[in-house]
Amino acid sequence: MTTNIKELEVSKLYGWEHPDTIRAYRQKHKSMAKKDKTTTLAEAVARGVKTGDYVVFGGMGSVRNPLSAVHEIIRQKIDNLTIGTKGSQHDWQLLAAAGNVSKAEVSYGFADEVRGLARPARSAVESGRIKVLSETTNAAFQWRFTAAMKGLSFYPTRSALGTDTLQYSGSKTITDPFTNEPVELLPACYPDVAIIHVHRADRYGNCQIDGNIAEDIEIAHAAKFVLVTAEEIVPDEIIQNDPALTKIPFFVVDAVVEAPYGSHPNQVPTLYSFDEDHWQVWLDASVTDEGVEDYLDTYVRGTKDHFEYLEKIGGVRVLNQLEKIEKKLAPYPKVAKRRG
Amino acid sequence: MATETEKMIIAASRELPKETAVFVGTGMPLLASVLALNTHSPNILLVYEGGGIGGNPTGRLPIQVSESLTYENGVAVGSMDYVMSLAQAGWIQYGFLGGAQIDAYGNLNTTVIGDWENPKVRLPGSGGGADIASLCERTIILMRQDRKKFVPKLDFLTSPGYLTGPGEREKVGLPANTGPYRVITQIGIYGFDEQTKQMTLLQLFEGYTLDDVQQQSGFPIAISADWSYVKAPTELELEALHALDPDGVVLA
Repeated sequence: MTTNIKELEVSKLYGWEHPDTIRAYRQKHKSMAKKDKTTTLAEAVARGVKTGDYVVFGGMGSVRNPLSAVHEIIRQKIDNLTIGTKGSQHDWQLLAAAGNVSKAEVSYGFADEVRGLARPARSAVESGRIKVLSETTNAAFQWRFTAAMKGLSFYPTRSALGTDTLQYSGSKTITDPFTNEPVELLPACYPDVAIIHVHRADRYGNCQIDGNIAEDIEIAHAAKFVLVTAEEIVPDEIIQNDPALTKIPFFVVDAVVEAPYGSHPNQVPTLYSFDEDHWQVWLDASVTDEGVEDYLDTYVRGTKDHFEYLEKIGGVRVLNQLEKIEKKLAPYPKVAKRRG
Repeated sequence: MATETEKMIIAASRELPKETAVFVGTGMPLLASVLALNTHSPNILLVYEGGGIGGNPTGRLPIQVSESLTYENGVAVGSMDYVMSLAQAGWIQYGFLGGAQIDAYGNLNTTVIGDWENPKVRLPGSGGGADIASLCERTIILMRQDRKKFVPKLDFLTSPGYLTGPGEREKVGLPANTGPYRVITQIGIYGFDEQTKQMTLLQLFEGYTLDDVQQQSGFPIAISADWSYVKAPTELELEALHALDPDGVVLA
């Protein structure tokens, strides 16, 4: 039998490329040479993130996110970005609040789980400042990167069939030639840039991530430019001694930056907990446009780099406490929530 | 005296069997699941979107589906691909959902209020919601009930319930024998009629009437012939619940 492809009413295809186009791109731009890719955050962001790029962030929700790089994008005023909000929260929402985002493909955004809805990103959509390009699900977004990682143009799933979420995605529904039942095909997604925060990396870009890896392996293999920020850049031997721990290999990585506490105010599992005090500062600020601007001027635009930011939020005193909380040597503080 | 939120969470926890796997989100679903774990369901496996499986967290409950507490003292930790694949392959029986709007067939909207192109209110989006609604065997929906939330037609169908009626889930290709199982609101506990796949009142919370069921819904709700009142929370349940959220992150 022939497989019928049913064109959906609304088909929104973003970030997709022919697999051979990407093979050619990789042959030209990626290298198996073990080169020292360490650089400064400012240089890596300037080189990797361009106005109008499609960007995704590693980690999930507000855990193990490259916030130091988000801050640097804001400092460098790189705008008109399209963000793939694949279960994303504070990273993309802060960037949206700062006005650097003009478009988004959304699976989850506009909220911080139990902390409440994220007003700045919401109002940016409601006022038309940010255009939502498409809807999808967390699983579906991640399987779009899986398709990209596997060198396929699509990945099949049975999720979200019959929904508007599917109608407003770039997926297509076809008849599964084995079951003769409908199946959803998710288009591969090749972002221009993936920025991923990891526990440790060597100078070539081999990365170790402790705990849950969300979809970081997939986005690292899908993106055209991969910027890694690491809590620590470790000697080569640390990676060589136990290659089983390498989650992202060097040859997909384009730049490596050491960014201790690079996820603050978010968590990095086993290393440091959420900064609830700072979260409350942000949540309180986020209630008004003026508050957002004050916050950004104080903590992001008003600091020249990540290290000055770390001093601004309280320095060693605060960071040391966050480490104690994560290691269970200090009690969990009150959870910050949106007020007003 | 238990609050309405507490009654809803306790009712949700009672719906979980002794032994099962549950796809949980933070907030009320997590409280319901851990309450079940700590009371009548010692063999519940909690599965989180971030990749955490079977965690028994200490200190506080997770506030993020990807934080390390989701797998502390747990079974395994993997990727989103792994846990979503578990759901798609049929390993996860129960899942929790919420929403801004629901219709008679248990379809949910968590995407927009108003027009998608120019939304009046932008909501979080599907997240893992449509995945859980599509792939888990039984979903339990926790949300407050009023005429703005219980609507005849959703502004946006984010996550599939029974779509437009019997046989529709199968027809569009969703896994067999899946769908909404219970809807729990401050007014009552609803199931879905075998024949019509429409929402039907099974139990009413004390203090509410059958009139309230209809008054606070924009679509007609059938009343089960053998409807009853929800059993009041026990002291044990309330104590166990309060112990899970001493700071009132969710309960306050």
